[in-house]
Amino acid sequence: MKVLVCVKQTFDTEAKIELKDGKVADAGINLIINPYDEVAVEGAIQLKEKGVAKEVVVLSAGADKAIDAIRTALAMGADRGILVTQDAGADEYARAVALAAAIKDENPDLILAGHVAADDGSSQVPTRIAEILGLPHINVITSLDIADGKAVASSEADGGTQVTEVSIPAVISSQVSWNEPRYPSMKGIMQAKKKPVATVAAAAADNKVTIVEYALPAAKAAGIKVEDEPEVMAAKLGDWMKNTVKVEVK
Amino acid sequence: MDFGLSDEQRMFKRTFADFSDEVVAPGAAERDEKEEFDEECWKKMAELGLAGLIVPEEYDGTAAGALVYAMAVEEISRNCASMGVTLSAHTSLCTWPILHLANEEQKQRWLPRLASGESLGALGLTEPGAGSDVGATAMTAVRDGNSYILNGTKIFITNGYYADIYVNLVRTGGKDQKHGNSSYFVVEKGTPGFTFGKKEKKMGIRSSATYELVFEDCRVPAENLIGNEGDGFKQTMQVLNGGRVGIAAQALGIAEGAFRHALAFALERQQFGKPIFANQGVSFKLANMAMKIQAARNLVYEVAWREDAGLSYQRQGAFAKCFAGDVAMEVTTEAVQVLGGYGYTRDYPVERMMRDAKITQIYEGTNEIQRLTITNCLKRGDISNYEY
Repeated sequence: MKVLVCVKQTFDTEAKIELKDGKVADAGINLIINPYDEVAVEGAIQLKEKGVAKEVVVLSAGADKAIDAIRTALAMGADRGILVTQDAGADEYARAVALAAAIKDENPDLILAGHVAADDGSSQVPTRIAEILGLPHINVITSLDIADGKAVASSEADGGTQVTEVSIPAVISSQVSWNEPRYPSMKGIMQAKKKPVATVAAAAADNKVTIVEYALPAAKAAGIKVEDEPEVMAAKLGDWMKNTVKVEVK
Repeated sequence: MDFGLSDEQRMFKRTFADFSDEVVAPGAAERDEKEEFDEECWKKMAELGLAGLIVPEEYDGTAAGALVYAMAVEEISRNCASMGVTLSAHTSLCTWPILHLANEEQKQRWLPRLASGESLGALGLTEPGAGSDVGATAMTAVRDGNSYILNGTKIFITNGYYADIYVNLVRTGGKDQKHGNSSYFVVEKGTPGFTFGKKEKKMGIRSSATYELVFEDCRVPAENLIGNEGDGFKQTMQVLNGGRVGIAAQALGIAEGAFRHALAFALERQQFGKPIFANQGVSFKLANMAMKIQAARNLVYEVAWREDAGLSYQRQGAFAKCFAGDVAMEVTTEAVQVLGGYGYTRDYPVERMMRDAKITQIYEGTNEIQRLTITNCLKRGDISNYEY
């Protein structure tokens, strides 16, 4: 079985976001694999270790430097990579079209991805890919079993767990709690450069969304500090919540 | 000239940094407090592959090289200098001499175990009467048929007790013959006659194991002799020369760790209605720290790069070890000052880093011995500024 994992290169989650000329400034920012996608890579490698998958292919769409994200996945244990070169300004629709075209050429038995990217948080691409390719889709999974041409996955649902069974090929996107991604091993890093990475041009697609403006969230207002005897403190805090924050008491 | 890291080296460094922050950092204060070697942490470091970075692939290592190894020690030491020196002693002081000085049969015997981290390594060099003066080694090995009988004591041995493979300097000839009569023997833990004495109570690097090694009529096969009888002094110079990069990297990591805590604190801590970083008395300290750390890093990476390139690095190794050790002491002392009363408490890690930094000016050749090495280089004309 061939498993294909979609990964996106994103800002380090600890990076300080700043705007420059109305755009998000990326100078000096560490770039990493989207942590949700990293979970999908780990899931794919575990399928290979269990003997369920024969080959793990990593796919990313983005600028040339996105190859670093692919190499990291290769160092973790994936077999080969594909970089779809695409302008950084591509929206979720254009990304999904480009990725779906590359996936179609590969014809994998299973497509994995993180359910959301840590940077724009739009949660659209895996679902769009499934729609474009006409494949079943399970979202936000926390466990996955593959047997007899079927995928059975648990996913988070309101107040419980939902178990879904689909035929494969299918697009399955992971929640972070699915697994704990491994570090690239030292041998893995040494081997990563020897593993093949193909570069292909993105399938043409015009953006459907135009970004009008970026804005940083307003700075958090200072809180208050109440120091007194416990009963007085509780009363003061209650007053503050009622009158200043205007918490509705039902 | 290119100061950039390759894509691969960057991936190594980031992996070390993540591993250090996520796996090594959480237990660092507790380990220090308990003064206990953390076998579990070493096991995780070995699983990641840190134990075999300088070992060729044919002996189950990764052949990642000296620069990658230096970055590993740096990143581990940034959070925990004790685990940093554990890796440094294992690699530079045990793996390195076996890799560079042992014969093929010996390499096949010990390197795969060291490279996987299944066996931890140590070097038995210092004795009560032989520290900087290695020629004064008193421990003896006397030939008896196909084996040698070892007698003597080694002190201050990093990784002692927990290590499985010990490379030991012993005298194989008369005391009068100063340099020409010492030799190295590998002794494995569990060999009859080889036991452990006192565990040192240290000021810093308190969770790295430091033990006394005791040899009483300890019989080891002649196949455990590294090189030839009498090679010991020359081999020691080679080992210490190669080992400096590890301790230089440890010092660099300690300095970087303390600097990051000091910077974060200075930006956060409010006094007189503004962060203390707004005072040049504080911010200039941080500027000096950043500058000195970068200078130290350039020296450390250069010496590692020279080793990888097959160039000589005696002078540069002494520069790097001495400078980085002094910078670590200075930066950690200033970091405690920036954190003020908080820095002096054990609730913050900078006091530990300050205690840890001191040893980097002492072991692996004191910084006075490093300056002596440098002056010896100057005397013989090894002073070129242009030869890289």
